[in-house]
Amino acid sequence: MNKTADRTSILAICVVIVVLLVIGYLSAGSLGTFGITVLSGLFQGMLLFLVASGLSIIFGLMDILNFAQGAYFMIGAYVAYDLQHPGGVIDLTAIIPDPNVRFPVAVFGAILVGAILGVVLERGLLRPLYARPIFQLVLTFGVSLVLLEMVKFIWTTTPYSWTEVFGVRENFFELFGQRFSTYRLFVVGMGAALIIGIALLLRRTRIGIIIRAGVEDSAMVEALGINVRAIFTLVFTLGCAIAALGGAVAAPFLGASTSIGTTFLIQGIAVVVLGGMGSYEGTAVGSIMVGLAIAVAQSAAIGTDFAALPSITPMLLLILVLLLRPSGLFGGSGAR
Amino acid sequence: MTDNLLEIHEIHTFIGQFHILEGVSVRVPKGSITVLLGRNGAGKTTTLKSIMGMTPPARGSITFEGQSLIGKRPFTIAQMGVGYVPEHRAIFKALTVRENLLVAQRTSTDLERKADLIFQLFPDLKRLYALPGGNLSGGQQQMLAIARALVPDNRLLLIDEPSEGLAPVIIEQLMAAITQLSAQATVLLVEQNFRVASKLADRFVIIDEGKSPIHGEMRSLVGDEALIHRYLGVA
Repeated sequence: MNKTADRTSILAICVVIVVLLVIGYLSAGSLGTFGITVLSGLFQGMLLFLVASGLSIIFGLMDILNFAQGAYFMIGAYVAYDLQHPGGVIDLTAIIPDPNVRFPVAVFGAILVGAILGVVLERGLLRPLYARPIFQLVLTFGVSLVLLEMVKFIWTTTPYSWTEVFGVRENFFELFGQRFSTYRLFVVGMGAALIIGIALLLRRTRIGIIIRAGVEDSAMVEALGINVRAIFTLVFTLGCAIAALGGAVAAPFLGASTSIGTTFLIQGIAVVVLGGMGSYEGTAVGSIMVGLAIAVAQSAAIGTDFAALPSITPMLLLILVLLLRPSGLFGGSGAR
Repeated sequence: MTDNLLEIHEIHTFIGQFHILEGVSVRVPKGSITVLLGRNGAGKTTTLKSIMGMTPPARGSITFEGQSLIGKRPFTIAQMGVGYVPEHRAIFKALTVRENLLVAQRTSTDLERKADLIFQLFPDLKRLYALPGGNLSGGQQQMLAIARALVPDNRLLLIDEPSEGLAPVIIEQLMAAITQLSAQATVLLVEQNFRVASKLADRFVIIDEGKSPIHGEMRSLVGDEALIHRYLGVA
């Protein structure tokens, strides 16, 4: 990417964020309410990042738009809910009575299930279809439907609201006269740590350098003596596991429902296109922008007839960015 | 066991439904620089890709150091000691020069061991070490692509069109470097520029319409204007 394009992107990012913050502040009316909007935006942005980062890296490296990524998010939410609450498929309450200890175990369980299902999908189903990209697209869509039906079969179609009380979920802190959820702050912190962690993995480690090289030209990486298919499996599995982690940490706030996967998949695709297909930096920045935009739209829509505003906001933002930069914010640079 | 490092016998390669190689045979003696000559679309690049397993032959045999390469995947063939420098370089533009070289490592000390050799052959790369590959000029990218194949201990280097699109002064530098590195590894080259090919190579194989009708010592070809004109369109 040349310097002019670089400046246009950074300018576009700054303009969008400042506009969002100004609208957020005006619609909130007070600093405390504005703070809640920002925290809620960052919370949603981090959850989006957990879906979109996998979508983006998998697309960049393997040229697969994984339509099943939302289903992995949904399964993460259900598995975490199931492990945390009594009376589930696997009842951990007797073995681990302390909910504060059970929660990390539930999250880990969700990551594990996501990773196992990721390996099965890549090795068992996608691998024979590498020469047929369209078939792969249809296959991941089909797998997402199968996973959805599987969830309905195991947990029924009734949405679950998180009822189990545990430390960080219940705590609040006060700022500008408003009560803020510690759990949201925890998820924002975890998301930020993951953004930095994955960036360091991609920049500083040999496997990360190989992944970035593979995003540019996987055939050349293979010709240099690297088993690219093993890298594909690793990246695909990590992508699915991170999506399941997203669902698991979202569940205490959003519960577990069959619609949660589709919502996050559509928003995640908007983030990936907006950030520039295959660009990791674009995905990170795009997630935060879309998360903030949704929160501002939610705040602005209160008391008006525009109840649909938050759900159409990601697409409105996507249209705006693509009009300014048709290849996305970081398109044609970064990882790609 | 012969003194040929690589032997290709009557390979037939298809790309999609197109029969590109219709019985190509090439032998590359150890320590030589052998060049594949021929017109555009004759099948030279496909021959290199067939060796690498990127367009696997449907019939025929390819042996490297006595071991068959047929049915092996490109990464296994590379690990056996075959370095590949493709047409248009295929360097990783978003990665720095150092990272481009790191990708090619097969043990953690490869780059450390080979750094002196690489910087002696291509001093420019030392200065550009921290820059993204996309910022390099065409000649510098070609140097990086060749350097990348030198990082591991490859015994055979397949170099496709190294002089393509480069200024004469850069071509001279590259020719000197290829001559020097042929002391380390055997080279199989594809080169359209006959002047470059004739100066560099000891042996030639002409590829024409997917076959390999003529091969021999380079010095015998240089004086044979009729043959050059017939197969290469230059005189």
